[in-house]
Amino acid sequence: MGLWLLILIPILAAPLAWMGQQWSRHAPRWIVLGALAIDFVLVLLLGGQHSTVQSSGHGAWLVESHTSWIPRWGISLHLGLDGLSVVLILLTVFVGIVATIASWTEIQSRVGLFHCNVLFALGGVIGVFLAIDLFLFFFFWELMLIPMYLLIVIWGHAARRHASFKFFLFTQAGSLVLLVGIVALALLHQQATGRPSFDYADLMGLTLTSEMARWLMLAFLIGFLVKLPAPPFHTWLPDTYAEAPTGATIILAGILAKTGAYGLLRFTLPLFPEALSEFAPIAMGLGVVGILYAAVLACAQTDIKRLVAYSSISHMGFILLGAFAGTELALQGVMMQMVAHGLSTGGLFLLAGALEERYQTRDMRQMGGLWSVTPRLATMALFFACASLGLPGLANFIGEFLVLFGSYATQPVMIILASLGMVMAAIYSLGMMQRTFFGRQQDTRTAPDLSNVAFGTLLFIAGLQIWLGLYPMAVLTTTKPVMEQLVQHALVSANPTHLPSEPLLSSHIVTSQGSTP
Amino acid sequence: MILQDFIALSPILDLGAFSLVTMLAIAFRRNHARIAVCAFMSCLFTLATLPWAATAAPRAVTTLLVVDGHALLYMGLILSATMVIIALSYRYLNCQFHEQEGVEEYYLLLLLATFGGLVLTTAAHFVSFFLGFELLGLSLCSLIGYLRTRRNPLEAAVKYLLLSITASAFLLFGLALLYFESGAMTFHEVGVSVKQWQTVPALWLGGLILVLVGIALKLGLAPFHMWIPDVYQGAPTPITTYIATVSKAAVMALLLRLATEVGILELPPVVHLFSLLAVVSMVTGNVLALLQQNVKRLLAYSSIAHFGYVLVALLAGGPAAAEAVTFYVIVYCAMTLGAFGVVTVYSSEGGDKDRVEDYQGLFWTRPWLAGMLALSLLSLAGIPVTAGFIGKFYAIAAGVDAGLWWLVLALIANSVVSLYYYLRLFVTLFGEVTAPAMLPEAQTVQRPEFFSWPAICSLGFVASIILVLGVYPEPLIQLIRESVSNLLMVAAQRP
Repeated sequence: MGLWLLILIPILAAPLAWMGQQWSRHAPRWIVLGALAIDFVLVLLLGGQHSTVQSSGHGAWLVESHTSWIPRWGISLHLGLDGLSVVLILLTVFVGIVATIASWTEIQSRVGLFHCNVLFALGGVIGVFLAIDLFLFFFFWELMLIPMYLLIVIWGHAARRHASFKFFLFTQAGSLVLLVGIVALALLHQQATGRPSFDYADLMGLTLTSEMARWLMLAFLIGFLVKLPAPPFHTWLPDTYAEAPTGATIILAGILAKTGAYGLLRFTLPLFPEALSEFAPIAMGLGVVGILYAAVLACAQTDIKRLVAYSSISHMGFILLGAFAGTELALQGVMMQMVAHGLSTGGLFLLAGALEERYQTRDMRQMGGLWSVTPRLATMALFFACASLGLPGLANFIGEFLVLFGSYATQPVMIILASLGMVMAAIYSLGMMQRTFFGRQQDTRTAPDLSNVAFGTLLFIAGLQIWLGLYPMAVLTTTKPVMEQLVQHALVSANPTHLPSEPLLSSHIVTSQGSTP
Repeated sequence: MILQDFIALSPILDLGAFSLVTMLAIAFRRNHARIAVCAFMSCLFTLATLPWAATAAPRAVTTLLVVDGHALLYMGLILSATMVIIALSYRYLNCQFHEQEGVEEYYLLLLLATFGGLVLTTAAHFVSFFLGFELLGLSLCSLIGYLRTRRNPLEAAVKYLLLSITASAFLLFGLALLYFESGAMTFHEVGVSVKQWQTVPALWLGGLILVLVGIALKLGLAPFHMWIPDVYQGAPTPITTYIATVSKAAVMALLLRLATEVGILELPPVVHLFSLLAVVSMVTGNVLALLQQNVKRLLAYSSIAHFGYVLVALLAGGPAAAEAVTFYVIVYCAMTLGAFGVVTVYSSEGGDKDRVEDYQGLFWTRPWLAGMLALSLLSLAGIPVTAGFIGKFYAIAAGVDAGLWWLVLALIANSVVSLYYYLRLFVTLFGEVTAPAMLPEAQTVQRPEFFSWPAICSLGFVASIILVLGVYPEPLIQLIRESVSNLLMVAAQRP
């Protein structure tokens, strides 16, 4: 029941936020903050309750809820919470709060409807992170799309129509391919056992012929890569991020991109371990291409939001790289990168939105020398630029480092290439700082500096970045059991003969640092 | 005929009797509201006899008709849809029909068309098939041209008449050929003779294909779709709704029975024909819908595409296919009623509102109406929480189960294309309000009261169906499974 509350609180608060518009201008915003705060506490309660329980083997969840839904198809309302979902839901709720604060001054028309959509989208995302019935997962996966689409198309900037269409068509095309994969998997279960099932645990036990597994894996992969996004499915992203209102961009970059990564970790990796071991070099190659290609494009951008958008694709490349490396270290890095990227892009887009609000442009050529005008904004931008370029001591560094370190053993050449991405991140991040805040001032208008609320929020995110940068175990210990299982499952399926020797290779971060070649 | 036969046949007898009553009531005294209520109640009472008839089902009443779960389910669908359409028609006719005489026969014709539809759902014989087909077609033809002083409805009526005649001609010749080769007129006996043949005679196959072309013409499958957009656009909007839902559902019920009893899906040429029709319908419908600036035409092309999806489900064969087809048809009827219902209600204010521009920013001025249209569009596009998603899921599942990978891929590609035009209309609803609509009441002096209770109730009913089926489809699935097993049982049972 607690799990359903997590999803239902935002969804039930959504109509309330819409109606709240009548009471006061800020009522919808407070309703969003309130609902998210309750959710936040609830996740901590649910996740913290069982933190001592070491879960092992798939299907062992911290909290689980199971009700029959459509027995005809073996579909059930099956939710499960484990370390992976706890971290991601906390991130979702936090990014949701940041997005609400970011739109505090930007959204002035139809405030109620805006926040109604925000809550629906967040409810859908939380559902995605909890659902362990594939049909239910897909249900939520699609549910978050329409509110996001409305957020872009109603409150977006000039080219919003085009951007929103691109966003919707790309993600929907990917989703439909995913749906076919899911349906085929359920029907294969029917062929094997006589009844269709969409349940995670049932499907995990399914043995597939290698050709079938390859096709299904591809279907799952396409669905998730579009959302991630990885090239060649990334073209919707820059337009969408640039044209969406700041709040929606923060949600898109901070959480929606993570749903793709989550799908990879939760479904693609465990369901098709054999097919993946063949496909891993290609997927990792795509990751490297994404890192480098997006970094090069980011260097060439003049639009500040597009720059951050391309940097986002580049960072997502690390996630793809790490997810397919097949070591626990890399998977932990992926986890860290998801959280860190959620925080740092949240901050960067908030700042970009603040700049846009002040100067009515996103063109960095028209900015410059703003340090003296808006010192607070500039300081925070410098901090988040450093976070994004992977400065040691901040969370992004841990993520990228672990990914690179954990996958070096399998693909050394690719990792060397991928490390170049970190160098280029320094180029575009500092270039952005240079063009925006240093140099000669182009626009002599004075603009107000960051408000106390926004500044406080950014300071808080910065604090989190430093905390996770210095003490990454906060995230890593929570997700460790899940990642261990993932690696073990993959290894067991790939070579069932030697069980105990290989998984130990990277069972513990501290020891593995010594033992990884 | 014994009592059980009468019980089984009670829905059809009931509606026939009520049609007569309505006709007499019109002859006795003309009153638009009273006749509308009378027609509505006729359908309601007929609907109420369905559970009673179900006690006697499955039962073959004479050789002409079979009343079984399948027929009763489709009857329920047809009658409910007709009731919604009658509720929506009243205000529309009040607004559109200026002549004060002769509006009442509209309801009589509607009842007769529904009567034809009921006959089609039960037809198990060439004669009852043809009778139902013609009754439905002829009534619709006069309904389309009912607004006889306008140009568009008349044009549409003539087109529909030509279509109807062509379809009937194909059908009659095809049935004659089938009879010539197999010497039987009931679906079942024809099916038996098919099973006995080593190879199917060419003439028989030709006859079957002619019959299927006749059906395809009525369903508006491409390349037999030419009439659809023009008739949809020209006909009064409630009648457009009727053609899109009731008429197609009835023909689909018949096709399903024909397919099961004669076993036509085991014949490779028919499978090829249907695959071709499915792909061509999906592609033609969706691609041409992209170009439309008129909401009714857009929905017309989208309906062509939707029947392409239904064919994909049908081609899967077996009980799963019958289940998927029935589910999809029910869902399709609900969402089409929703979409056209909004156009009807919106057009009831004065003048047809069927251009896309008319819907610009509707959400900001009429949130409920626009919300209803948005819901229907999302359902047509197959987005979760709506019934359309479960329908599409069913079609994909049936296709995947039967291993029709290419058709499933075509379905997916087409769904993506279809998103584009549904979204275009969807976005328009949320666009900026255009200048004329922003003008104060000065221009639209004395705007007619725009929402009436029948409209609210019927649209609310459709919306709740779309949402409930989208969230909790299990009860309907069970109902359909029973009806399908019924259909297959009757097919297998009789000697």
